[in-house]
Amino acid sequence: MDAFKRRKLANAVVLLLSTAAALFGIMWLFWILGVLLYKGFSTLSLEVFLGNPPSPGDNTGGLKHAIVGQTLIVLTATIIGVPLGILAGTYLSEYGKNSKLANFIRDMSDVMMSVPSIVVGTFIYAILVKPVGHFMGFAGALSLAVMMIPIILRTTDDMLRMVPPELREAAYALGATKFKVIKDVVYRSAITGILTGVILAVARIGGETAPLLFTSFNNNFFTLDMTQPMASLTVTMYDYAMSPYEYWQKLAWAAAIILTFGVLGANILGRIMTQWKFKK
Amino acid sequence: MAYIIEHGLAPKITVENLNFYYGDKHVLKNISFKIPENKITALIGPSGCGKTTLLRCFNRMHDLYPGNRYEGKIILDGENILEPKYDLIKLRTRVGMVFQKPTAFPMSIFDNVAYGLRLKGIKNKSELEDRVEKALKDAALWDEVKDRLNAPASGLSGGQQQRLCIARAIAVEPEVLLFDEPTSALDPISTAKIEELVVSFRGKLTIVIVTHNMQQAARVSDFTAFMYLGELIEFNKTEEMFIKPKEKLTEDYLTGRFG
Repeated sequence: MDAFKRRKLANAVVLLLSTAAALFGIMWLFWILGVLLYKGFSTLSLEVFLGNPPSPGDNTGGLKHAIVGQTLIVLTATIIGVPLGILAGTYLSEYGKNSKLANFIRDMSDVMMSVPSIVVGTFIYAILVKPVGHFMGFAGALSLAVMMIPIILRTTDDMLRMVPPELREAAYALGATKFKVIKDVVYRSAITGILTGVILAVARIGGETAPLLFTSFNNNFFTLDMTQPMASLTVTMYDYAMSPYEYWQKLAWAAAIILTFGVLGANILGRIMTQWKFKK
Repeated sequence: MAYIIEHGLAPKITVENLNFYYGDKHVLKNISFKIPENKITALIGPSGCGKTTLLRCFNRMHDLYPGNRYEGKIILDGENILEPKYDLIKLRTRVGMVFQKPTAFPMSIFDNVAYGLRLKGIKNKSELEDRVEKALKDAALWDEVKDRLNAPASGLSGGQQQRLCIARAIAVEPEVLLFDEPTSALDPISTAKIEELVVSFRGKLTIVIVTHNMQQAARVSDFTAFMYLGELIEFNKTEEMFIKPKEKLTEDYLTGRFG
């Protein structure tokens, strides 16, 4: 076999191996999504969205509490996490730049992003739930906000640093103050990137269960009061999947599919927005 | 060893023993000359000679970055703008700047031109409209954009965006306008339009233009300053410098012996 043929053979083998590895990787994803669709789709009904939680043995009931609770918790987390994350990212990119403090914050937020979410949950449990004495929806929102901040901070920092310095200089050259330059020029240039980061962060925390188990817990009664325990899709799914009742298990599948497609939708929206940015 | 012409014209900007440092690096070395009012002055020289650095001293753009230091004086209408207390916002509304790459802001064409006016506190809608229209006409862009003032500026071509930046700069009616290689990113036709514009400001504004295109300096400017390794080698009337330079170094550069 001459050298040329050997190289072609090596090429084919490597191509085959890497394709196989890629297929093996995404196989799991499609398996999970496939089973979820197969088992979950048939359980979806209006009752699932609008019904109250079933009692043991019931064959009716739904996830209204969990859907409302999930929405409230994620919304509150977003209201807390987004401004803090964006302001902190603005500090890093526009004020801290490459100072020691700024780089330290960057490293720390990278560490924060890989902290197991259950650790965040127990932390909020220790500083808020334990002193107050009971679980509450707000504590759940706070633990999710803690997880959002580093994600939004880093994407904001990255997006702002991609704004060309000449654009800032051009605004300064017209007599703008630093605040005006950031507000009118830097934010406007980076807005799609920042929003994409926010949506991806919401998608990321939307599926968290562990931090909520220690903070908002669950509630069989309907409540909009954030100082009370609050149901969420993730915790409900955890509870129902573990239960012996067939109907409850069905609801767990329904919760799984609602949550997955909610998060998937947010992710796709985020991706589409990134596309817009690069088309411009 | 340097030749600095005594032109006898009223100076708009007087540079006196200017030294500039990026950290420890001595970039501008003891520069003194007088930029005449309402004339066009070109700064030329090989890459890294300090011409852009000098230009950016005139609106103190260097203050945006840490570790830069000025020594000496730059006198604008009798006041030393290098005084630490000098109001930079006031300075930058008097001394405008157009950059190498077009820097259209991510907003509409109208808002781009109105940006500096709004910073000055002009809120009256009809006054804004009048001044935006005048600036766009003066920048020879009005006919191309008058039907789409509310469209995003990013939809304009590179040459149009550069003229938009000029309109934005002249809208606030500066006394001095700085150009930092304004045509180096543009095609020949757009370049010709920008050059026409620069020439049209002669007699109305004091213009300082950095260019590494010697023909451009010869075409548009009244006076030319040739810089080399951070020093001002020759400052002369443009015709005289290009026909009969006083310094050997200038002659070598203009005839392409180095660069």
